[in-house]
Parts: sequence; structure tokens; C-alpha cells
Amino acid sequence: MAALKSGSWAFWRDVRVVRIAVQLLFLVAVALGLYWLFGNYVQNTKRLSFGFDFLGSAAGFTVSEGLAHERGDPNWKLFLVGVLNSLRVILIGIVLASLLGLIAGVARISHNWLVSRIATVYIETIRNTPLLVQLFFWYSAVYLKLPLVRESITLPGHIFLNNRGLILPEPYFTQGAEVWRWFLLAGIFIGLVAYVARRVHLARRERPGFPFLWGFGAFVGLAVLGYWLAPQRPIAWEVAELKGFNFEGGLHLSPEFAAVLTGLVVYTAAFIAEIVRAGILAVSKGQKEAALALGLTGLQTLQLVVLPQALRVIVPPVTSQYLNLAKNSSLAAAIAYPDLFNVAITIVNKTGREVEMILIIMGSYLSLSLLTSLFMNWYNRRIRLVER
Amino acid sequence: MTRRSAQKILTIVALVAALTPLLTIGQGGDTLAVVQARGQLICGVNSSVIGFGFLDQQTGTFSGFDIDYCRALAAAIFGNPNAVELRPVTAAARFTALATGEIDVLIRNTTWTFLRDADLPLNFTVTTFYDGQGFMVRKASGITSVSQLNGATICVLQGTTTEQNLVDWATLNNFTITPLAFAEEAARNQAYDQGRCDALTADASALPAARKLLSNPDDHIILPERISKEPLGPVVREGDDGWFDLVKWTVYCTIEAEEKGVNSQNVAEQLNSNDPGVRRLLGVEGDFGAKLGVRNSWCADVIKNVGNYGEIYERNVAQLGLVREGSLNALHTKGGAIYSPPFR
Repeated sequence: MAALKSGSWAFWRDVRVVRIAVQLLFLVAVALGLYWLFGNYVQNTKRLSFGFDFLGSAAGFTVSEGLAHERGDPNWKLFLVGVLNSLRVILIGIVLASLLGLIAGVARISHNWLVSRIATVYIETIRNTPLLVQLFFWYSAVYLKLPLVRESITLPGHIFLNNRGLILPEPYFTQGAEVWRWFLLAGIFIGLVAYVARRVHLARRERPGFPFLWGFGAFVGLAVLGYWLAPQRPIAWEVAELKGFNFEGGLHLSPEFAAVLTGLVVYTAAFIAEIVRAGILAVSKGQKEAALALGLTGLQTLQLVVLPQALRVIVPPVTSQYLNLAKNSSLAAAIAYPDLFNVAITIVNKTGREVEMILIIMGSYLSLSLLTSLFMNWYNRRIRLVER
Repeated sequence: MTRRSAQKILTIVALVAALTPLLTIGQGGDTLAVVQARGQLICGVNSSVIGFGFLDQQTGTFSGFDIDYCRALAAAIFGNPNAVELRPVTAAARFTALATGEIDVLIRNTTWTFLRDADLPLNFTVTTFYDGQGFMVRKASGITSVSQLNGATICVLQGTTTEQNLVDWATLNNFTITPLAFAEEAARNQAYDQGRCDALTADASALPAARKLLSNPDDHIILPERISKEPLGPVVREGDDGWFDLVKWTVYCTIEAEEKGVNSQNVAEQLNSNDPGVRRLLGVEGDFGAKLGVRNSWCADVIKNVGNYGEIYERNVAQLGLVREGSLNALHTKGGAIYSPPFR
């Protein structure tokens, strides 16, 4: 067969030309599509008088909980209240979901029949029902079923529980705190001195020990001493009282917060449990057997040998679960928890600035997620260093 | 291989060629011309408020006071009340939908407020319904007046003017209240039903429907006071005065017709009326329709197909237990505020 010569056929039959042409055409199509979308955007925003000035004008509404705010505050302040409420539920949620997920994951592979069955039922039920349904369940079927305000459950220590929330005494500083403050400052100073001295002492003798305990002990000792020596007890408790419709004073934990937190934790933990289980099963059986052979107890084996190795498998997928938890927190609006989404939608309705607020909402969740990813990636690299 | 690639190229070229005209599509300033060219009106409505804009899940049909005004406008333009697409829009998206031209007119129990009118590129036409914000409380609480609500927790629907009114009202009276804002009516009603809130607040027109859905409606009362003014009516885009006039005068047509005693039953006979006002209204005399860019019989078609203001009210709002007599929604001749400028 004669060797094919380039140029012996029409150029549109040349594979190289066709490849480039197809890609060029694809590029043009994408560019035209983007141009069209952008044109729409420009045209529409022109009509909508796009701008962010409204953030500075008075919001004119308040929300049920969060950072102290009042009626005259600007929209951005209200939005900040929402962001902080979101952060509160996300951060506490991540910690609790990790703990519950770890326990459930370990429980599912436990040799104890009952424990592993309970964990299986929990994980499978929760994973296979929608989160929104679960949130409504926690809110209306659990927290709102608590007694009415006038029939509150009273716990020792002036703690009240009803379907408006958990009400605790609130600590506040009295006159005595002014004296106590000096004891605390002295405690920090002497504690630091004790810590450094002990550390130097131990280092010189080349002996192991806990210099931190010395420093901390000195601080606590002085703090306690000062507390009793002060002319008046530095901390007093404000007790809530039933006045009119609600309890006044004290610390309030709302059922909305409780429901959102419970819902997110229980839901996310079920997914984390499966990841933990996978991580543990990924550690070779020999490791565990070797640890047991060395005389470590079951718990020690888990804590010192299996989990540190499993973490490398666990951390990346758990990061996605944390991100899911953060994004799912926007469902809080359904049960009146004033998170960032809830507050933002109220601002939209008041100002009509839909496009701007949606951009802000997306930006907020994006920053939250990127920060979480950044932290988890840092942590992932840190635990990877342990690898040998 | 190469042949297939060539076909691909052709396909893509064809696609791009087909898409290009889309680039030039935009909403012109003349809404009436766009609507007439399309052959139907697109009306932004509510789908969950009984009596105003409600979509029946079983039959798939819309009904309500606002819906009837959409139909009236379609009748004015086309002579056919069904030449309308009723497009449900959320409270949050409604103004954007109108401003960007997704809907031609917004008739969705929307309150006319200063900020909405002055700040957004919209114009409020005519108030078709005078509403006000009210409260519902438990009978057992012993509350009979809003002045007893200091310290209360109040359930409210998020994304309405209600939230702000509540705070304004509390400030005015030096009350401390905790508003609890729900995204959906169902969740709000349930939280109130279970005692999470001491009171539920909403526009008075929506309270009877909410009460009906509680586990024990008879245990609750609606307080007599109204803490706000909520004038509701159709909204149009700014910058199209012809369209603004048409929507406005279609509403006035229903009001004037009621005042003149013209209704859907007698409109055929009224065409022979010797009252010059009625003759002008129904297009027997003058060229009022042409001035608005529609047929001369536009108002007669509205009355024939949808009815006058009183008929629209009776059909939709009376069933909620909202009495018209003595309220602002009565005709001005009967002490209310429903009033049409003269047709001359």
C-alpha cells in the first residue's frame, strides 16, 4: 500500500483540521450562549436599578433571637444577626455531629449484637428520609409538644422547660467582680511564671511531666481564693420569672434553635457514621490484632492504633458532610429559626432587591463553605504528616 | 469519522444559527402590543390565599378576587376572559418577575407602600381591596383587645409587610414582642396551634382562612382592631403609561358599572339605556376604547364575562365572612372608599 501523502485529499476530510474546527465551533457556541445570558443580565439589571445601597437603610423589623438589635438598625446589621445565628448552629452542629457520627459508626461494627443493630436502624432510618421532614418532626412533634408556658417543667436551680424553650439562670458580674478581676490577672501572671519555671526545671533534669498543670493549677487556685475573699460574690445569677405571656430574664434556648440543631446533627451524623465505619474497615485487620496481642484493651486499640490510621480515609469525605450541614442549615427558615437565609428573604420582601440579596446569600454560603474546606484541608495535610 | 465530524459541524452551525435570533429578543416598552401579539395576557398571581388567589389542587383551576381582575383585563383586551395565563409568583420574586417582563401585570394581594412605589421600577394602579392587619388569639387567654398583647410572642408569615407593621406597632405602643417568622402558612398555623405563640397576625382577609385550618377553630377569636392599612391592587411596570391607563380604567369600569347598576345579568339591556354615562361606559357612545387602544366594547365585555365590582366581591370575598357593608370596600355612595373617577 502506498504511503498516504498529506494534501492528497480535501482539507475538510483532514482529521486535524476537523478537530480544531469542531473545537472552535464549540467555543463560539459557548461564547454566544454566555453573551446571551450576560445580555439578559445587563438588560434586566438596568430595569431593576441594581445596587447595594439598600443595605445601609433601616431594616424596620426585628428577629426572634440572636445578637442584640433594635428596630432602627440597618439591613446589613439584621443580615449579620442572621449570619451569626447560622454560624452558631453550624459550628455547634459540626462538633456534635462528629461525636455522634463517631459513636454510631463504631457502634455499627461493634461485636455487641444489640448495639450494632440499634446503630444500623438509626443510620438507615435517618439516611433514607428527607431532612426537611425530620426538621418538622423535631419541631412540631418533639419540641412543641413540651408543656405550655404556664405548665412549665421546673428543674432544680431555677431552670424551666416549656414549648417556648429552655430557660436558664443568666450569670452576671456584681460589684465584687472589680476586686476579683485583680485576682484573675494575678492568677494569669503567676500561672505563666509557674508554667515556665516548671518547664525549665523539668528540661534541666530531662524528666517528663506536665508543666501546664502547674500553671493552670496556680491560676485556678488564685481565682477560687479571690472569689471567696471578694467583699461580694463576683458572679450572681439572674433568675427568670414568669411575667405576663413569657418568662422574662435569664438565658433562653429556643425550640427553633433546638430543632434545627437536633435535626442537622442527627441527620449528618448518620452519614458521618458510615464514613467512620468505612474508615475503620479500611485499616488492615493485622494492625488491630497486633495491638490486642501487645495487651492493649479494646478501647486503647481503637484510640491509639485504629482511629489515627482511619482518620486519613475519613477526613476528606467528612469534609463534604460538614459542607452539607452548613448548606442544609438554610432549611431553618421553614421552622422560623432566624438564620441568614430567613433574614435575607425578609429583607428581599421588604426592599424588593431580589437579585442583590440572592447574590449576597450565595456569596455567604460560598465563603462559609470555602472556609470550612480550607480548614479541613489544612487538617487533612496535618494528619497526613503522621504517615510513615 | 470525518463525515461524522462534518455532520457535527453542520449541526452546531444550525444550532447556533437557530439560537442567534434569541439574542435580539427583549421586552419592548409597549406592553399592550406585546400582549396582543402574543394572543394572551400573563398575569402574576397568588395560588394559596383562599378568596384572593387560590389554585384548587383537585380541579387545577384558579379562583379568587385577584384572579377575576386578571380575567377582567383579558376580557378588556381580547373580549375573552380566558385569554390569560395565570402564573403563580412567590412573594419574594413578584417584583423582579414584573420588572423583567416575565409577567405583564401583577395582581397578587400586593400592598401599595411608599418604598415599593418610589424605590422599585413599578407603578401601583388602583386599590381594589382595603385590607388591614389583624390578630387571632386563643379565647382562653382572655385577651379581647390588641392593647393586651405586650410581651407576647407572635407568629407571622415571613416576606409580607406584616412583619414590619408588627414591629412598628410595638414601637408605637412601647410593647416588647417577639416575632416568629415562618416561611410557610402551614408551619406558622401549626406553631400557633400548639401554643408556641400567643397570637397569630396576618392581613385580616387571610385570618378567617387560617382559623378554619386550626385543630379547634372555635377556641380562637379574631381581635376587632386593625393595626395597619393594606391597600391591595394591580401593579404594572414603570414607563408604559398606556398600559398603566388600561389596567387602571379596567378596574374603574367594574366600579362605575356597580355604581350605575350595570351587572353581568343586565348588561345586554343596559346597552339600550338612555343614561349617557352608561352609554359611554359600555361603548355605545364615544370612542373610549380606542383611546385605550382596545375595542369600544371593552368595558361591556368585562361586565358581561366577569361582572361588576360587587359581583366580584360577592363571588370571592364574602365567603370568607368579610362583610362589605360598613367597610372601606363598600361603594363611596354607601360610605366606603370604592370610587371611580367619572367616565367622560
